[in-house]
Amino acid sequence: MTSSESGRGLLMVSPPLVYALLLLAVPLGAIVLFSFWTQDFMTVDTTLTLNNYRELAEKPIYGALLGRSVYVSACVTVVTVIAAYPVAYFVSFHVRPARKSLWLFLITIPFWTSYLIRVFLWKVILGYNGVVNSGLINAGLIEEPLTFILYNVNAVIIALAHAFAPFAILPIFVALEKIDRSLLEASQDLGESKLMTFLRVTLPLSVPGVVAAVLIVFIPTIGDYVTPELMGGAGGKLVANMIQTQFLALNNAPLGAALAVVAMLSVTAISLVLILLNRRWLRGRT
Amino acid sequence: MTPLITLKGVNKYYGDYHALRDIDLEIGAGEFFSLLGPSGCGKTTLLRTIAGFEAVSDGVVTIGGRDMADVPANLRPTNMVFQSYAIFPHLSVAENVAFGLRKRADLNRDAKASMVAEALAMVGLEGYGKRAAHALSGGQRQRVALARALILKPKVLLLDEPLSALDKKMREQMQVELIKLQRHVGITFVLVTHDQEEALVMSDRIAVMFEGRIGQLADAETLYRRPQNRQVASFIGKMNFQSAQVHDGGVEVEGFGMVQLALDQMPEPVQPGPAVVGMRPETLGLLFDGEVTDKRILDGIVDEVVYYGDMTYYDVRISGSDKPLNIAMKNIMGRPVLEVGAPTRVVWDPRAMVCFR
Repeated sequence: MTSSESGRGLLMVSPPLVYALLLLAVPLGAIVLFSFWTQDFMTVDTTLTLNNYRELAEKPIYGALLGRSVYVSACVTVVTVIAAYPVAYFVSFHVRPARKSLWLFLITIPFWTSYLIRVFLWKVILGYNGVVNSGLINAGLIEEPLTFILYNVNAVIIALAHAFAPFAILPIFVALEKIDRSLLEASQDLGESKLMTFLRVTLPLSVPGVVAAVLIVFIPTIGDYVTPELMGGAGGKLVANMIQTQFLALNNAPLGAALAVVAMLSVTAISLVLILLNRRWLRGRT
Repeated sequence: MTPLITLKGVNKYYGDYHALRDIDLEIGAGEFFSLLGPSGCGKTTLLRTIAGFEAVSDGVVTIGGRDMADVPANLRPTNMVFQSYAIFPHLSVAENVAFGLRKRADLNRDAKASMVAEALAMVGLEGYGKRAAHALSGGQRQRVALARALILKPKVLLLDEPLSALDKKMREQMQVELIKLQRHVGITFVLVTHDQEEALVMSDRIAVMFEGRIGQLADAETLYRRPQNRQVASFIGKMNFQSAQVHDGGVEVEGFGMVQLALDQMPEPVQPGPAVVGMRPETLGLLFDGEVTDKRILDGIVDEVVYYGDMTYYDVRISGSDKPLNIAMKNIMGRPVLEVGAPTRVVWDPRAMVCFR
């Protein structure tokens, strides 16, 4: 009875399980395996070696790229969360309950356009003859077009922050929705102004939502490839672009694989630290 | 009585909805005052206008002689115990109690800590300071809410249905404790409740509210024995209502015949014509076998028996009346409990009657 039931359960999950195994676990395993091999032009030497990792550690460019990736993701995360919080706060506290779902729906509208097209649109907006520059020149605010807004790290941060804003708004919104409104009245009743009530009650109680937003933005942006490729210019390339270069341009798949593994481990480590901090916060509080 | 809180001509509208209608009220310093009424009668709205969470649409609220129109909730000399208690879940018990002390620059850390300990002791929660707020029971949360409000020594403590979330035993215990606490601290308490027993037990004075209006404002005994109108009479306690006819020479009550009523038994101006006469179940009585009395007696038949342990409630049919009378008898020693269908005699007294329009 029990075995047949669990058998039926297995049968039901098997299609997605097989799918996940083939398309996630197997490639991941292959990447890890590859990172211990070596490649000389077209021939792959399958002797296990740590040479790839040694090279990553010895040549400063890889560390610098990974560092820049972390830096860009951190900037994107900070910008996104800081921009998303007021939006989530507004929808949760100042929009009539009947209108909230409409607002959430509007927030997801950017997803109706493909990400690639949105990135191209940012090029139109931020470019040398783009909307921002021609607008500012026509307004007489600047004489020469601004060049620090496209084909560098700043452009990557702007495009990514815009793309991930809805992902940050939603978890923060949920955390704010869960706050019992009588707590805010209690704080005011006990003598605190609206600002202090926000700092002493609303903000601490929304921390779990902020942490979720940080993770949701940080983890995918660190490995982003499209945005730096299209908007980063020469100085705005990130670790994902280097992995691509190793695999395709330099024919050094094992080194690319090793770089991918190191990048993944870095993301994991940083995420774990965030999750642990959140756990500790939650244990002491709620 | 020196009034601490006065409300003059207070009205509150939510759009078209008229939540408070021409409220005039004075609450004295050191009084235990209750706002009693069914849900939706405006009692919580009234409390919230005193607290400053709702602005009045019309009228004046003063506390300690000062007009509160431009004083926000955080600057009013009131503190509130919320229905949900509103204990901050991210703070410990001690941090909750100390929440309102942040701005007290005159107190150092030790002074604040000893105030918190004192406040917790006052509500019977010694040594609970380090506990997390979520680890508390309902009764303990309420005590924390009380300590958190009383530590600020407000002029007025506002309590919004503070006992409604507790079980019956706990509620009765907290009623007694709240009365003691109020006498001990001497602060004016304004309590909102829909539980008439709670209001009767605890309050110096009670305002009974219906549909945004104050139906009657009196002490517990007056409210119970001499309700001013039928609405108050039926909301507070149980009451038998008999249809009646007012004549120039007296009142003819269905099943009871002609009675003479004193002036205070007719709280509303009554014109000759149809009226209603109310009697509390415990002002009527049953005569058991062989008992004699010089009081007035009616013959009746037991229609329904509800046994409460200490009391038995009978429905008794009397001749000349369609509606059975509800009669409460204390189950004193040796007194039997009658069965349905048993013939019985009803003792009554016209002095216990109240006549309404």
